[in-house]
Amino acid sequence: MAEYRITLPLTDADVEKLRAGDSVLLSGEMLTGRDAAHKRLIALLDEGRELPVEIRGQTIYYVGPAPASPGHAVGSAGPTTSYRMDAYTPRLIEMGLKGMIGKGMRNEQVRRAMQQYGAVYFGAVGGAAALIAKSIRESRVLAYPDLGTEAIHLFRVEDFPVIVLMDAHGGNLYEQGPREFGEE
Amino acid sequence: MREIQVAELTAGVRELFLKANYEIGPDVEEAVCRACREEKSPVGRDVLCQIRENYRIAREERVAICQDTGMAVLFMDIGQDVHFTGGDFEAAVNEGVRQAYAEGYLRKSVVQDPLFDRINTRDNTPAVIHTRIVPGDRVHILVTAKGFGSENMSAVKMLVAADGEQGVLDFIVDTVRKAGPNPCPPVVVGVGIGGTMEQAALMAKKMTARPLDTWNKDPRYRALEEKALAAINRLGIGPAGIGGNTTALKVNIDFAPTHIAGMPVAVNMCCHAARHGEMTL
Repeated sequence: MAEYRITLPLTDADVEKLRAGDSVLLSGEMLTGRDAAHKRLIALLDEGRELPVEIRGQTIYYVGPAPASPGHAVGSAGPTTSYRMDAYTPRLIEMGLKGMIGKGMRNEQVRRAMQQYGAVYFGAVGGAAALIAKSIRESRVLAYPDLGTEAIHLFRVEDFPVIVLMDAHGGNLYEQGPREFGEE
Repeated sequence: MREIQVAELTAGVRELFLKANYEIGPDVEEAVCRACREEKSPVGRDVLCQIRENYRIAREERVAICQDTGMAVLFMDIGQDVHFTGGDFEAAVNEGVRQAYAEGYLRKSVVQDPLFDRINTRDNTPAVIHTRIVPGDRVHILVTAKGFGSENMSAVKMLVAADGEQGVLDFIVDTVRKAGPNPCPPVVVGVGIGGTMEQAALMAKKMTARPLDTWNKDPRYRALEEKALAAINRLGIGPAGIGGNTTALKVNIDFAPTHIAGMPVAVNMCCHAARHGEMTL
């Protein structure tokens, strides 16, 4: 289980080398998006229209931040549960999405797309939202401002702490970790 | 007869939700500290450390413990000798929620229509309000800011007498196993046994807000709480679901009389940001 510092956007070499269980500090720019934004992106694709943000090479953080109080770039901003995006995700990976940050299980279709096209699923500690917010230096809305917290934001982060939950080679920390400590 | 201005309700509700969202209760913090000492997985200990550090930052900087500041749930025990004056009871409670979430930079997570429009109400109302009429002239308010990562992993099952204690135990443990990493373990597991379907669910919700250093007064149910906790912590799910022996901090069980033909069981999951508070007016 290696430790890395990686500057976003993720390169193909980054995706190739990362393994489930690796600890990573991410710096650079990432998008945010939750159910509502994903639904709109996929609806646009279905209509054959252009997306309001570039997906190729991007990392999407599944988060709906709390409002920023004075003196903070963003409010508390921990990960939301990722499976709610599973229905939309394979399509985005096919378009070149390289990274996802969330918490919780992904379905078979997502895992298969990650291996087929090369993408990494990172986990941030759910609920450690005030701590995580400290590594977010800048936040601005890129698309869908009417969605409020669910709008697509651009986050600029520094040393944002994540663990590789699922890698592009089929590795899955949610299987490996509990297997090691389960007593059943 | 005691008169209470509904403005007092608004102020009380506002204060409870602000405090619950910034300051984790000492019972929860103590349980996480104990888990930190007892967790076998090094990565699991790191996660628990982050959770403790997060509590500290939230308390000191007065920011939300979790960005999911929850749906506002209130259990209100109202003395039958109380007379509310100066406005509408429910509107006053919702006003307290509105003020807390607007002034406290808390996320507004409620949509008006669950199925079709899903348009955010933009002030985190309406709250879910459960009232009960009790003797006396006081008002007791118990609130929980209920996040939905864990709420979504909850379940109700209509068991029968033949399922027995083992059936209840299996359902509790299976619900936690199926939830895996999704509800942000280590979790607090609220369980309601008996009553009707909705009464079991109501008890389970209330049990997520019962202090973690309390146990059911009936020794048989207390033993079941302990047995369920031990079984859950043998699952190996661990902090953040990445392996370890701290999957739950506590199992809180309540029970109620039920029908001869049934044994409803509800399991309400709550994350480690188990935010609750209470006050008496």
